[in-house]
Amino acid sequence: MTVLTRARRLALLAGGLGLALAASGCATAEEAGVDEGTGAGTGTDVTGAEIDCSQFDQFGDSLDGTEVEVYTSIVTPEDQPFKDTFEPFTECTGITVNYNGTKQFEAQLPVRVQSGNAPDIAFLPQPGLLEQMVSTGEVAAAPEAVAQNVEEHFSEDWRDYGSVDGTLYAAPLGANVKSFVWYSPSAFEEAGYEVPQTWDELIALTDQIVQDNPDTKPWCAGIGSGEATGWPATDWLEDVVLHELGPEVYDQWIAHEIPFNDPRIVAALDRVGSILRNPDYVNGGFGDVASIATTTFQDAGIPITQGNCWLHRQASFYQANWPEGTEVAEDGDVFAFPFPQIGESAGKTVVGGGEFVAAFADRPEVQALQYYLSTPEWANLKAQATGPGWLSANTGLELDNLTSPIDQLAAEQLQDESVTFRFDASDLMPAAVGAAAEWRELTAWIAAGQDTQTTLDNIEAAWPAS
Amino acid sequence: MDWLLDADSTAHKLALMVVAVLAFVVVMGVILFAVDKPKRVPTWLVVAGFVGPALLLVTIGLVYPALNTLWLSLKSPDGSSFVGLDNYQQVFTSDNLQLVLRNTVLWVVLVPLISTAFGLIYAYLVDRTRFESLAKALIFLPMAISGVAAGLIWRFVYEYRPDQPGIEQIGLLNQLLVWLGLEPYQFLLHQPWNTFFLIVVMIWINAGFAMTVLSASIKAISDDIVEAARLDGASSFQMFRSVTVPSIRPALVVVLTTVAISTLKVFDIVYVMTGGQFGTSVVASEFYSQSFRQFNQGLGAALAVLLFVLVIPIIVYNVRQMRLAEEVR
Amino acid sequence: MSGQTDTSRVVTNPTGEIESRPRKLSRAEKRAIAAKNRLSSPAASVIALLIAALWTVPTLGLLITSFRVESDIQTDGWWNAFARPLFTGYNYVSALETGLGDNFVNTLVITIPAVVIPITLALLAAYAFAWIPFRGRELLFVAVFALQVVPLQVTLIPLLSLYVDLGIDGSFWTVWLSHTMFGLPLAIFLLHNFMKDVPASLVEAARMDGAGHVTVFFKVLLPLLVPAIAAFGVFQFLWVWNDLLIALTFAGGDATPLTSAIADLAGTRNNAWYLLAPGAFLAMAVPLAVFLGLQRFFVRGLLAGSVKG
Repeated sequence: MTVLTRARRLALLAGGLGLALAASGCATAEEAGVDEGTGAGTGTDVTGAEIDCSQFDQFGDSLDGTEVEVYTSIVTPEDQPFKDTFEPFTECTGITVNYNGTKQFEAQLPVRVQSGNAPDIAFLPQPGLLEQMVSTGEVAAAPEAVAQNVEEHFSEDWRDYGSVDGTLYAAPLGANVKSFVWYSPSAFEEAGYEVPQTWDELIALTDQIVQDNPDTKPWCAGIGSGEATGWPATDWLEDVVLHELGPEVYDQWIAHEIPFNDPRIVAALDRVGSILRNPDYVNGGFGDVASIATTTFQDAGIPITQGNCWLHRQASFYQANWPEGTEVAEDGDVFAFPFPQIGESAGKTVVGGGEFVAAFADRPEVQALQYYLSTPEWANLKAQATGPGWLSANTGLELDNLTSPIDQLAAEQLQDESVTFRFDASDLMPAAVGAAAEWRELTAWIAAGQDTQTTLDNIEAAWPAS
Repeated sequence: MDWLLDADSTAHKLALMVVAVLAFVVVMGVILFAVDKPKRVPTWLVVAGFVGPALLLVTIGLVYPALNTLWLSLKSPDGSSFVGLDNYQQVFTSDNLQLVLRNTVLWVVLVPLISTAFGLIYAYLVDRTRFESLAKALIFLPMAISGVAAGLIWRFVYEYRPDQPGIEQIGLLNQLLVWLGLEPYQFLLHQPWNTFFLIVVMIWINAGFAMTVLSASIKAISDDIVEAARLDGASSFQMFRSVTVPSIRPALVVVLTTVAISTLKVFDIVYVMTGGQFGTSVVASEFYSQSFRQFNQGLGAALAVLLFVLVIPIIVYNVRQMRLAEEVR
Repeated sequence: MSGQTDTSRVVTNPTGEIESRPRKLSRAEKRAIAAKNRLSSPAASVIALLIAALWTVPTLGLLITSFRVESDIQTDGWWNAFARPLFTGYNYVSALETGLGDNFVNTLVITIPAVVIPITLALLAAYAFAWIPFRGRELLFVAVFALQVVPLQVTLIPLLSLYVDLGIDGSFWTVWLSHTMFGLPLAIFLLHNFMKDVPASLVEAARMDGAGHVTVFFKVLLPLLVPAIAAFGVFQFLWVWNDLLIALTFAGGDATPLTSAIADLAGTRNNAWYLLAPGAFLAMAVPLAVFLGLQRFFVRGLLAGSVKG
């Protein structure tokens, strides 16, 4: 608590600086969102947690005093819970874990690997990158102990996403669910709206909102994300493809067994367009259809809290973007419902993402850490350490350890065997498509009104010949 | 040896820094002492002492990687097989290229000219005034800002919000438009104007560079020339046109060249603000995207070679200027 | 310094437009002239003010934003902070709480040698290119200057591979070396320009007196180049200070510089992008201080003054 008091004192001091800027009121700690219990770092302290040390005996007795470098794109403040969960591990084994996080990760990792300077372990945010790294020949296959854990605690789908050509290389780490539509339960209750279960109900609700609220738009969206501008639009398309055409077609689409501009995909994108390109439906709080292209994804849902928008499709991790003090709960200020099913044939499905633990070395201490990260024990510790905003596809993860209702809802979907999970398609396609052409063309589709067929033809043309 | 390579405590790092600087001083001292014997040492050895260390370093650090890039540009995306000129063919047949080249030319022409003009006028106007130091710091400020922060700053200038009740503008320019009774405008969206709005950011950053170098040059103009012109009754504008500008002409060429080359290489402004979308990409941003996002090393290398080619006119211009200067001397 | 050259030779004028020969001015006359030049024309003042305002307002916006409450930042423009003021230092506290101290030390340790070494080497090389006649001089100079266009990114893999082979990867040495390599072409190019501007008569006179090149370099040229060195020093300092690519690629986690730590403040998915604003101002303080500190070396007339002796 001394930290907080010091923080407050500093806040007052710095607030005084603000005061000097203009003779004015300065924000109280509450107004600035300094109050305890909000924001990041609200997990429980797990650094002293007891774990079963005997499980590391299988990695030999030369672990003490060794070091393992973990290289990742997960940076402050999300890195602290990771570091905390390493402490019980270090306590047991004597292995020091050097956590090295940078947002330049995705550009830097290939440079390091190609220069012979690969880290021991990297957290890869997409299977596409795993495949890329495996093709360099530097990635070590997952050790037997890890493979067993993955077999036991992860679904077959997740196991496949960590494998290349049938060999398991990387155990899944964290997960998120992308098929969510955010809304305001309190606003819905006031207006008497029900959460839609099907696509038709969703459109009917949208029309209802248009009718009832001439001053606002039902949907808000934003695909701006700096260099990655366009990715939220790919998520929209993936949601419709999976929920309408089902996992089989979805997989064929990723594997390029059907072309990117298959007539069914054209129809799916047109369906996305029936919302995103409908001037009556978008873009609440931000302007016309084109404004979707320049609105950043971080801002895109905020109008819901300001009464300028009703619906916003975005992943479970969007919970971190709500302004301080927004209550995320089924009866709170904001919450999310699962992306509705389109037709009957597709079954219950969900699109999501996650990270994978790839190792570039096979030293015992590296394998011990890989093993630790694939245990349910670690997943539960990590969930406790993080508080709201983290979950894993590990079936041993206890829902009680998740403090945020949206994390619980997401984890329920991941653990529900009747729900088919599929990884974000653009993360599985070649980078020239999934991290370039698709972003570029969908952005033009929104910003410049480029027609659907041309858009998909252009993406198809970018598919690398092989 | 370990002590030299693995510094992790603050004191250790600082000590290592001092050791490095001292080691450098000693090495250079020895080299210079060795060549400082006029008459007895042949000229080539003196030249080697002066130029050698720098040449050695740029050969390792830049020439070798540049040749390597040339070689990679002839190979497949992952560098495994030789594909001849395929990458170049791909570059030159892409529909995108014309646009990318047009944008690049716009950047390379406008940024140096305008930022140098602003830097020069400003350096001249504030020269020898009471507030010179502060005034110059204000223009210099953008240089001190990292790329990420610059993107953020300009977001609060260009950001668009619709003009409707209950919604406030966040971008300064759109607020000005609204105050003037006009519609807010999507500055970063509409081609080709969005490229100009991005160029403004680069000008904003580079004017400080131009101002600082040109100011140092202006101060190096001999007092006597200035005083003579003044005694002849030259007005401020005449002074500027017929004394200041001609006297610092070499510096102007240097500034234009430097800014032009750094503009050729710039990709982070485009990358941070539009991601190269909406028809704003330039050769450097395409290069970065191919090499580090799409993992197509071959194509990325070919684009880098295109950058080398684009700089040739600038080099030719400089060589001609140098020849002219030699003649004057 | 020989210092025997007379004034009229020093001002061998490059323009041919000023024909009157200068005469020695009294101190009072000089002061009167200096005073006259102080933005005497109102038009000049207006233009200067206008440029200053255009250049400063965007930054001012971010400065004010950095003191605003997050929800305000997202709802309305920073200029509203004047009408309905609500300021907080919380953003700064959050930024500082992440512990930027280590990163600050790293940046400092990286920056100082990475400024001193390339400038020294560049000065020596620029001297040779300007004042030692040798065969292939012009060609070599043009080649070095053309190297400016090599994008940093293409050098990363070849250089890092080399460092790994040498076994020095991950140390500060690689960062200093790399910054030196990348800074040299521009440094040589710029300093060469200033070097060349020194009147030939000065160098020739010293050479006549039997001074070697090393002596001429240290005794004649270096004192005259102080403003140029200060100016370029500021830039090299800035580039190194604001760089994140080189330190990240070559030195790894232990040497993470301030820039990278600040870029990471925004969080993995940029949720806390508003923390970038205070971060930017914290990172800017030192370069700005260096600029203001070095400004006194940009003093007027160093060249002419020293020549007059």
